[in-house]
Amino acid sequence: MTILDSTASGLAAAAEPAAAEAADEHAINTGELASWFQITPLMIILALFFGLPMLVVLAVSFFDFDRSDIIPAFIFDNYTDLFRSEVTLRLYLSSLKFAAIVWAVTLILGFNIAYFLVFHVRSLLWQIGLFLICTVPFLTSNIIRMISWIPFLGRNGIFNQALEGAGIVNQPLEFLLFSDFAVVVAYVHLFTLFMVVPIFNSMARIDKSLLEAARDAGAGRFRVVAEIVLPLSKTGIALGSIFVVTLVMGDSFVVRTMSGGQSASVVSALQNEVAALQYPPAAASAIIMVIIVTLMVAGILRLVDVRKELAG
Amino acid sequence: MTRKISGNHRRLNRRTLLKGAAAGGTLATTEVLLGFPTVWAQNTKDVTLVHAGGSYAAIKEIGDQATKDLGFKIVMQAITDDVQLNRSLTQPNTIDINNIDSTKMPYLVGKGVLQPVPVAKYKYWDETVPLFTKGTYPNGQPVSSQGLSPLEAMFYDGKDAKKLAGKPTEWLTMIPTIYNADTLGIRPDLVGGRDKITSWKDLLDPKFKGKTALVDYAPVGVIDAAMAIEARGDFKYGDKGNMTKEEIDKTIKILIDLKKGGHFRSFWSTFDQSVNLMASGEVVIQSMWSPAVTAVRSRGIDCYFVPLKEGYRGWTVGLAPMAHLSGLKLECAYEYMNWFNSGWQGGFIAKQGYYSAVPSTAKKFLTAEEWDYWYDGKPAAVDIKDPYGALMEKKGATRDGGAIWDRMGHIACWNTVMDEDRYLTRRWNEFVSS
Repeated sequence: MTILDSTASGLAAAAEPAAAEAADEHAINTGELASWFQITPLMIILALFFGLPMLVVLAVSFFDFDRSDIIPAFIFDNYTDLFRSEVTLRLYLSSLKFAAIVWAVTLILGFNIAYFLVFHVRSLLWQIGLFLICTVPFLTSNIIRMISWIPFLGRNGIFNQALEGAGIVNQPLEFLLFSDFAVVVAYVHLFTLFMVVPIFNSMARIDKSLLEAARDAGAGRFRVVAEIVLPLSKTGIALGSIFVVTLVMGDSFVVRTMSGGQSASVVSALQNEVAALQYPPAAASAIIMVIIVTLMVAGILRLVDVRKELAG
Repeated sequence: MTRKISGNHRRLNRRTLLKGAAAGGTLATTEVLLGFPTVWAQNTKDVTLVHAGGSYAAIKEIGDQATKDLGFKIVMQAITDDVQLNRSLTQPNTIDINNIDSTKMPYLVGKGVLQPVPVAKYKYWDETVPLFTKGTYPNGQPVSSQGLSPLEAMFYDGKDAKKLAGKPTEWLTMIPTIYNADTLGIRPDLVGGRDKITSWKDLLDPKFKGKTALVDYAPVGVIDAAMAIEARGDFKYGDKGNMTKEEIDKTIKILIDLKKGGHFRSFWSTFDQSVNLMASGEVVIQSMWSPAVTAVRSRGIDCYFVPLKEGYRGWTVGLAPMAHLSGLKLECAYEYMNWFNSGWQGGFIAKQGYYSAVPSTAKKFLTAEEWDYWYDGKPAAVDIKDPYGALMEKKGATRDGGAIWDRMGHIACWNTVMDEDRYLTRRWNEFVSS
């Protein structure tokens, strides 16, 4: 609501800069109408394709079920089962653990790559060229990029053969594949670009003369990064974090494939339930998941006012 | 504009179809009386039947051949198990012929989505193996009662198809098509030879720690595990195919301890994963399907579907007509299902390692050498090719496990849905996430 109000007043101010104070109230009214009108298509789409399905999921999460039917009812069993099971906690802890590790790694990588592209690569042509190279892996499908790690990391894979050939290890390293390590490697490979792009975007808009001024004033390289680049890249970091965290939390395929089914995620457990036609508990699990991820995103947005930064 | 025209067109088609259906109905009766097949063939050419099933059974080549032989169109749709159940229950009209394995029956029976097949409509009933007709092996011995045996899944108790009868009646749940005996797949070169693995308990042997895998599908994975646990002598199950909660708990506890000790390298959920695990040597002994074993072998890597002394895990598959079929379309469905067991399909599928419910017709579509290899367990007199003509086994090879009844005659437990399946799914999730 606050977003709508401020947009409305902003638009009103822009539309009628010379409006007299007496006409102000009227101006806000038409401005408000115009804004409502402008966001109507999006609202309709969201209501139809997001709101409505979510309501159905919410309704089903209170239903009862047997082997092949869902039975309309209003019971809390699906939720109590979910909260009573220690599996739920374990799954969330595991998903959160992956989200945290992957977030940290992609942030460090993403920040440094973006920093290099923006501040070290001087020519615009090179900048665009290198940026495009970053996106090359995205020309193939997610699945192929992930699965190509399997022959690489396997017991008799290229990496182990190289290590053994070089005499670094005598026995193949087993932890490389079908392990949490493999899952993190695949996530980082898949999601780093989601961090690079928004951070690159924020950094590119930093006025280079600010950096020069800081250096002239005697700030070292580290201080420039810590006090100028980092604060001014906050928006990009926040957006990248939202991408990475929601992608990891919502994943089931990477975790299942790269851990060889040894680890599960919240969503993979949900999929098992759907496969067994147990929709109501799956719906309850989905609702809880949506709430938790929404809270995480809200938390990030609270730390960084993305709107303000983008507008500025 | 175009939309309107195509709308009219469709309506026209439906009307002609209905007319055809009426004519088909009457003529079909005459056919039974006079023994005139396909008198109404001119009406059937507009009929299309959607055949949906697992990728191992709903094979395009089979549909194409049927279309050629029958004169009406068969559309093959290969779908996964959960999609199939979902569509069967929520959009039954999108499927005409449901190619289901027997374990889907408990989900679908009494839901009004399938219709029974009168025994009289199925031409090859007398030639069908007694597994389905009497619940016995050809030597007259009754089959294992653990799990959902073929006989239990084959019959409705009446025309209304409300309940499974569990004994022969006049109403078939499906026309049985293929079946096989599953066991463990091994890498003979990495376990010390084919003869080194003789019992299900070897799956749990500490010397294979970190080199074993299970299928990540609770109803099958838990039976494989139970076969191994029972063989190891931990305890005896009342019925491995219908465990009590207590038995499920004990089984899952053993599995969780094994998993924490690093016994399993992986859990696979797709056919390709099981092939890759074995081919790459990540795993040397695991749950496996027979065509996956063949796929590993076709890469030039030795893989063996090892016969084990406790017996096999058996499964059966059949064709069930959907409830919405009637008139001409239903007659075509019967015609198609009969065609399915008339030999061509049986010959095709034999070369994938599956058995036909009517071996006598499949035999006509196999060479003598192929029959000897696939069904009689004799050493291959010539090179053995798969259905697509690729080399599968060199001359001199023998099928693992031997002849059909050496394999199908030793089923310890049938694939099934347990009474406690909800509890099992939950505990299995705990195991996989532990």
